[in-house]
Amino acid sequence: MQTDQILMTFFAGVLFLGVLGFFLGRSKAARVRAGGAHMHSQPDQYAWFTVLSAAGPAVVVAMLAAIVLGVFESAFPGWLAVVGALGLGAFGLFVGLNRVRPELRARDSLERAVKWVLIGAASISILATFGILFSILFEAIRFFQMESFWYFITGTNWAPGDAFLEGAGRAEASEGPSGNFGALPLFAGTFMITAIAMLVAVPIGVSAAIYMSEYAPSKVRDVAKPVLEVLAGIPTVVYGFFAAITVAPLIVSAADSVGLEASFNNALAPGIVMGIMIIPFISSLSDDVISSVPTAMRQGSLALGTTRNETIRHVVLPAALPGIVSATLLGVSRALGETMIVVMAAGMRPNLTANPLEDMTTVTVSIVSALTGDNEFESAATLSAFALGLMLFVVTLALNFVSVVMIRRFREKYAVNNL
Amino acid sequence: MAQSLDDISRQLKKRHRKSARMKWLSMSALIAAGIFLLFFLADMLIKGMPAFQQAYIQVEVDYNERAAELPLAAVEADYRELVSRGYLRLIPGRMAEDDSLLGTTQTEWVLADDAVDQYLKGGKARLKDKQVAVIDRMVEEGRAELRFNTGFFTNGDSKLPEMAGLASAAIGSVLVLIVTLAFAFPVGVMTAVYLEEFAPDNRFTRFLEININNLAAIPSILFGLLGLAIFINFFGAPRSSALAGGLTLGLMTLPIIIITSRAALRAVPDSIRQAAYGVGATRWQTVRDHVLPLSMPGILTGSIIGLAQALGETAPLIIIGMIAYIPDAPGSFTQAATVLPAQIFTWAGMPESAYVERTAAGILVLLSVLITLNATAVYLRKKFEHRW
Repeated sequence: MQTDQILMTFFAGVLFLGVLGFFLGRSKAARVRAGGAHMHSQPDQYAWFTVLSAAGPAVVVAMLAAIVLGVFESAFPGWLAVVGALGLGAFGLFVGLNRVRPELRARDSLERAVKWVLIGAASISILATFGILFSILFEAIRFFQMESFWYFITGTNWAPGDAFLEGAGRAEASEGPSGNFGALPLFAGTFMITAIAMLVAVPIGVSAAIYMSEYAPSKVRDVAKPVLEVLAGIPTVVYGFFAAITVAPLIVSAADSVGLEASFNNALAPGIVMGIMIIPFISSLSDDVISSVPTAMRQGSLALGTTRNETIRHVVLPAALPGIVSATLLGVSRALGETMIVVMAAGMRPNLTANPLEDMTTVTVSIVSALTGDNEFESAATLSAFALGLMLFVVTLALNFVSVVMIRRFREKYAVNNL
Repeated sequence: MAQSLDDISRQLKKRHRKSARMKWLSMSALIAAGIFLLFFLADMLIKGMPAFQQAYIQVEVDYNERAAELPLAAVEADYRELVSRGYLRLIPGRMAEDDSLLGTTQTEWVLADDAVDQYLKGGKARLKDKQVAVIDRMVEEGRAELRFNTGFFTNGDSKLPEMAGLASAAIGSVLVLIVTLAFAFPVGVMTAVYLEEFAPDNRFTRFLEININNLAAIPSILFGLLGLAIFINFFGAPRSSALAGGLTLGLMTLPIIIITSRAALRAVPDSIRQAAYGVGATRWQTVRDHVLPLSMPGILTGSIIGLAQALGETAPLIIIGMIAYIPDAPGSFTQAATVLPAQIFTWAGMPESAYVERTAAGILVLLSVLITLNATAVYLRKKFEHRW
């Protein structure tokens, strides 16, 4: 049977058992109550109790079966799992229905069950984080078994394609055993584009935040905030197209007019566009932080006869600095992980250079090209994507952690609750 | 050193000038962002609007016996290159279906080749001088014109730019979003309800909160790696399918839904809960009958915003293979599908100039859907917002 048929059968079966359980449970409870017995709970609660005793085991068994099937492929046929789960569900329905008696505390059981279901749902986000960590970690470890870790973080030659040629015996081994997976040019490219993006985003974002929190009348603020948020809502693939089709040629002709030579895949175009994308992330958090600086500090400063400018520069901004730094770090982590803009507008050639007009590639571009190529999944060329992913994961998580700590310090210092 | 009053007032003027300069400087940052947005939108409109029109030409189609085998024979030699190859390909099929066509000659308006289309729109086109002359004559005779491009909304992807449309990608997007919503909405709301209404302040809860914040900060491409390793390689979900894509995006939208739902639940005042407990309701009854309904507008707003973000996301979907060439709309959640942003990405990489305008037009469509979604969210918030 096809996967979707199996899934459909299972969901239909569970739905049927659930509805059946609901009505059988309720009618039995109503019947018992009509008989004059004093019931502990309402009929509906008995109904839900029956539903849970039918659907609960079925869902749990199905999940276990899916995990077992994931580990040992085709340990047993999929339909067997469905039949087993639904059979157990039917048995649960029978048992649950039998337990519907006046002294059964269906309401309390329901309360407990709800709590556990909620805990289960909440655990999914934990599972997701660990899922990401482990899925990346295991494949990355496999990569580092094939290639040297040290060369990976310090080597300057990134040529996954050569590994494939070597494997096929069609290229002479270039620089020793692990000459092909030196990711330094990728890190450098990522750093360059991120730096350009932050050069655009931080001044504009922080100035906009200062204007909105310190100067703007509330009407301007009501218009400006949504406009900035629109910038954050534009899909990155759209920014990528814009960077590649409009901004890059502009930069090339601008560079040409001052006598410089620029590549159409230069690092400047994706950097600038990415910076614009990040403006709202920085301005929104900085705005919140600047607004949370206690008014008393401003009043104190103004009472000493300072101008507005001096108050902002010497009192408000220093107080808000941890928050602004934290916003910047979040922006950096977003820029590091941004994919579509660089895939579409930056180059594919690993290039260790300090010239932003040349083409260079980034970590995320290499992840995409490693996984969309036609290499085998087990090959080092494909697995390198997970090693790069691991670097990205660790760095963004660290940045996020520092940023959270800084914002917490700010919050504690000024007793602000809304951040 | 005593300063004269003149000095001081001069200094004061300077300080005030500086203050005013600061104001204008910070305002110009905001204006710069606004100008960029206008420039960007204008650029997309100028690039994309032409794609909503498509060239058609009127030619005599001769349904002779040779045309049934070799469709090119149906059209006069002068026009062969000007008619879309996609149209020609359909001729034998139509002849097999309708016997009465055989032996007749009909004057038909047919889809033009993308080169003709680009030429009529005033762009560069790879046409020979002779062909240009033919087209010019046809325009004079009124036999070539631009019409509204319905094919763009009803066709699937195609290797012929004049035939390429958004339909299959749009349906793929809908399927993906259904999976995303079906997964992320219940799980997200349940997590939020647990954290706000049930959870004791213990280590597990704090761990959970840190986790959710981390999940929100993880770059989207890493969710693609997760989808590839867990949903496809481990659970065996079909590659490129709406199921795998939807679940991956679901995990990505989860933190957004959780965070906004928590805010919505927190906005419900405690007096409501106390009143419910006061008449003997259990915790779950209180939540189900009072707190959740009251916070639903806020939760829905957050979910729509999360959904809009999922709709525009591309990077993780590329990793799990949703950029395949999919000419036909997927019929189920497990068939290979593509989505709107992935379609835009694919077109952006095509060499023909006709794809550039189609890419921009696809972007316009995507942006209008996103704006509609966000406007709905804002409207919902405004309409149902309750100040306690």
